[in-house]
Amino acid sequence: MQRRYNFAFFDEASKREIRRAILKGVSIPGYQVPFASREMPIGRGWGTGGLQITLSLIGRSDVLKVIDQGSDDSVNAVNIKKLVVDTTDVEVTDDVGAASIIQSRHRIPEQPLRTDQVLVLQVPTPEPLRSFEASEAKTRVLHAEADYTGAWLELFDQIVRYDATTTGADHPVLVNGRYVMAPSPIPRFDNLKLNQAEHLTLLGAGREKKIYAVPPHTDVKPLDFEDYPFAVEHFGEARCRLCGARDVYLDELVDEATGETYYQCNDTAYCAGRRKGGVHER
Amino acid sequence: MNDERRFGADEQPCLSVRHLSKRFGAGCPHCQAPDVRLERNVCPVCGTVHAVRDASLDVYPAEIVGIVGESGSGKSSLMRCLYFDEQATAGDVRAQPYDGGRENLLSLSSQQKRLVRNTVLGMVYQNPYLGLRMDFSSLSNIAEQMIAAGERRVGTMRSRGEELLCRVSIPVSRMKDAPRLFSGGMQQRVQIAKALSNNPPILLLDEVTTGLDLSVQAAVLDLIQQIRRDFDVSMLVVSHDLGVIRMLADRTLVMLDGQVIESGLTDQILEDPQHAYTQQLVYSLL
Repeated sequence: MQRRYNFAFFDEASKREIRRAILKGVSIPGYQVPFASREMPIGRGWGTGGLQITLSLIGRSDVLKVIDQGSDDSVNAVNIKKLVVDTTDVEVTDDVGAASIIQSRHRIPEQPLRTDQVLVLQVPTPEPLRSFEASEAKTRVLHAEADYTGAWLELFDQIVRYDATTTGADHPVLVNGRYVMAPSPIPRFDNLKLNQAEHLTLLGAGREKKIYAVPPHTDVKPLDFEDYPFAVEHFGEARCRLCGARDVYLDELVDEATGETYYQCNDTAYCAGRRKGGVHER
Repeated sequence: MNDERRFGADEQPCLSVRHLSKRFGAGCPHCQAPDVRLERNVCPVCGTVHAVRDASLDVYPAEIVGIVGESGSGKSSLMRCLYFDEQATAGDVRAQPYDGGRENLLSLSSQQKRLVRNTVLGMVYQNPYLGLRMDFSSLSNIAEQMIAAGERRVGTMRSRGEELLCRVSIPVSRMKDAPRLFSGGMQQRVQIAKALSNNPPILLLDEVTTGLDLSVQAAVLDLIQQIRRDFDVSMLVVSHDLGVIRMLADRTLVMLDGQVIESGLTDQILEDPQHAYTQQLVYSLL
């Protein structure tokens, strides 16, 4: 551990301020709590929001897992893990079941989380109404008055133009029947995992200086229309070519040599676990 | 003109405005005194701009009331106050279709005001950029108020949108296009369709034909009259074009420096103007 820094990089007062924002977020599910986003040794927009939450929560006995787009070994995930380990010496793992804090960019693990685990999501754009209304002052009023016409209108416009909602990720959700929330750019596939979850989800946007939360056992409902109900991505008959899994979020890949299209689990740790366990059917 | 005699005692105004004022600035004892003389609409003592001063008017069911006046006379400020775009400084506005005229709309909560905007009023601005979301499709523009009023069926909103866009002669092939791609006249017609989406009993039209060429102007005016006839909509029409007022309005108010200086039947105002300013206005008609 590098002794030049306090445990977990931040001074204790900073951690306390961030935890206070987290507590407020947990108390008002889906409400974006402004916080004093700190300068970090990684660039804003590269997971600083999630990282600040993780650093403010982590203790010596915690076990950390960090994933980036489903992978434990991508650059962003590795760098974040390095920073946390350098300043805390906590154990890191790829195994979802062994982790107490899971920081993630753009995925929720396939394996359901438990009530003693915390999921930290990195958020680029926390404001679901931003593309509808550019002014922060005005979007705050819209949230205060629960006027979510803008979020519905975006979906309606997509349906008019393409006959389907085209939110590849970050499909807006209504949390606890009150606040419309950007669930971070998780695929629609993962939206349903937030509903009545066992675990606490914390979302942090470092550049936009917002923290918000979905407590365990909270209703999270994707916005949809009566005649265009919300639907998750579907992969037809496709299976993971490595572990054979179906009903998981698959990456579509093209072998450039042969031109052949194949599918593979997006959640690499889940895939590896299935192969180690010798499971090939789900 | 005695309104009661004309409309019968049992007929209630659809929209009733009393003593509406809008000032920019704090005001001072000098300019808030009754019958004060200002420099145009600016207080010489404190510099407060009195955009609308003590305006009162009634709009009866299916009636079109015109407001004329030069630039800066307070016409648009009055409209913006009625549509809650601006907060009126003082006054009393009641709408029969909302709650039977029981409450002053100006003192409603912002949620209730939004409900009034979405269900009772329709607004067409002079500048389509104020009234439309230029990057959303035309159909979405029309759906916006329906969504705001709680509609959650795409099919219903799409067919209503198509019906209204047909009504204003936007071809089916352009309905998915954004108004940004349209000509000024088309944008204005999309705005009118949008204002009609929730069948509002009251339409506010602010200089709808200004800047349009003559043939498009005629088409838009024609459309407005059809709408009045087919949907029994009451309208408040602001224009500095007396030709538009002559064609559309049953009764007319003349505004100058934020005040209503003359009102009456449109023909009477145009043929026999009483106030010096109105006389000048009418005789400067080419």
